[in-house]
Amino acid sequence: MLPGKAVEIFGLSYVYPDGQCGLNNIELTINCGESVALIGPNGAGKSTLLLHLNGILRGNTAIRVQGLPVVDKHIREIRKKVGMVFQEPEDQLFSLNVLEDVAFGPVNMGYSKEEVNRRVEQALHKVGMRGYEKRSSHHLSIGEKKRIAIATVLSLDPEILALDEPTSSLDPRGKWALIELLQKLPVTKIIASHDLEMVRCLCGRTILLDSGRIVADGRTNQILGDEALLRAHGLARDATAAGI
Amino acid sequence: MKHSFIDEYSGLDSFVHRLDPRTKLLCSLTFILAVVLTPAGTWKVFAIYLLIVLGLIWLSQLPLKYVLKRSLVIFPFVIMIAIFVPFFKQGQVAASYDIGTWHIAITYEGLAVLANVIVKAWLCILCLIVLSSSTKFEELLHGMYRLRVPRVFVQITSFMYRYMFVLADQAMTMQMARDSRNYGLNRGNIFKTLGNMIGVLFIRSYERAERIYAAMLSRGYSGEIIVVNQLRFRLPDAYFASSLALLLICPAILWW
Repeated sequence: MLPGKAVEIFGLSYVYPDGQCGLNNIELTINCGESVALIGPNGAGKSTLLLHLNGILRGNTAIRVQGLPVVDKHIREIRKKVGMVFQEPEDQLFSLNVLEDVAFGPVNMGYSKEEVNRRVEQALHKVGMRGYEKRSSHHLSIGEKKRIAIATVLSLDPEILALDEPTSSLDPRGKWALIELLQKLPVTKIIASHDLEMVRCLCGRTILLDSGRIVADGRTNQILGDEALLRAHGLARDATAAGI
Repeated sequence: MKHSFIDEYSGLDSFVHRLDPRTKLLCSLTFILAVVLTPAGTWKVFAIYLLIVLGLIWLSQLPLKYVLKRSLVIFPFVIMIAIFVPFFKQGQVAASYDIGTWHIAITYEGLAVLANVIVKAWLCILCLIVLSSSTKFEELLHGMYRLRVPRVFVQITSFMYRYMFVLADQAMTMQMARDSRNYGLNRGNIFKTLGNMIGVLFIRSYERAERIYAAMLSRGYSGEIIVVNQLRFRLPDAYFASSLALLLICPAILWW
């Protein structure tokens, strides 16, 4: 077991059920405490890669999370360690009220009633949404939904937070509030996004994915500074179109 | 987009609202059973049932107009099912028509059956409206769960309630998108686009279901639903249940 490694991926490939190639030979190591951005155009495989981190999708199971291989034997432990926040809060908030949603994870993990309540309260406090327990998820604003969605995984005290497009469909104010919230959370973060503004703010390291392959991996300012690279992978305005 | 709730008046605070959801579920079931099992044509008994429901509406402080309006939804269904009964039931002929070579007759017995079906359905729906308007949907589900209704069923109901409005939103958005591109379509095309819309809604719901399941698995779901808070029967529950039982037995003692 290698201490200090949050995620290790050795040659992960994944083929979609329809035969399309999702991920192709991904090699990746993420250290504990790192904030890593996964950027890439639509359909690059960002979400697919995230779904492998807690074993929802299984390629050739060449993944370790904090030293534990992602296999059925460890799946419970791994899902506690990796908090997965989905892009659409509507999918993540499936219970009838906020309380039940935030409590869903801890209850499934078999914690006592007091422990569940303590965790729910703490998680809601962390995202600044205390007092929303009895509200129904459908009637929250999109910004509130995103926060509650994060709280639903924080209640499990994850060591790794995997977020899929956390800022999508937020207005600028909501987006910056969310960025500040994420900045305060002292866990390993893996964020799939093409919101480069947020990436610049939150992540020290950036991995550029395209067509299921890692194209670039390095310091964020270095990769985001490489205009030609971004342009080649659909993350910046095309030079001819821009008329430069 | 905003939608009205099924449980619109469930936030009120009345004697009925405060009862344990299990009491309300069981009482509603008993009431419905009593209504269904009452022999056809015993109008006095049905009148008593109606009085009981009206009493419940008054007790739960629901606006009468709202309940009556809501209860209308049952009629299209009932009428669709039972409208042909008067034509087929054998008995004394009330009216008959000759259309070409066809001979159509309506019988008094048939009409009686129709009236009976309508009255029974209406009484049942009134009772269910009182139940659903005096109980928050979550509590209702919780009550069902505690009454050992199969868990799968409780969970499906819960998802239905949670995503019904999401689905309605999607349908409305699609409708607006269609209307903003279509003008002066003929009928055939309208049905065709409607068919497409239903198909798209189905596929989207199916995909959403898969994403929800992934979100559930990510938080340690293992097929078991565990419910946190507790329900407790109190004294008013006993009073309510026993008085309702007495009222329901009343007609049987009086007339049989």
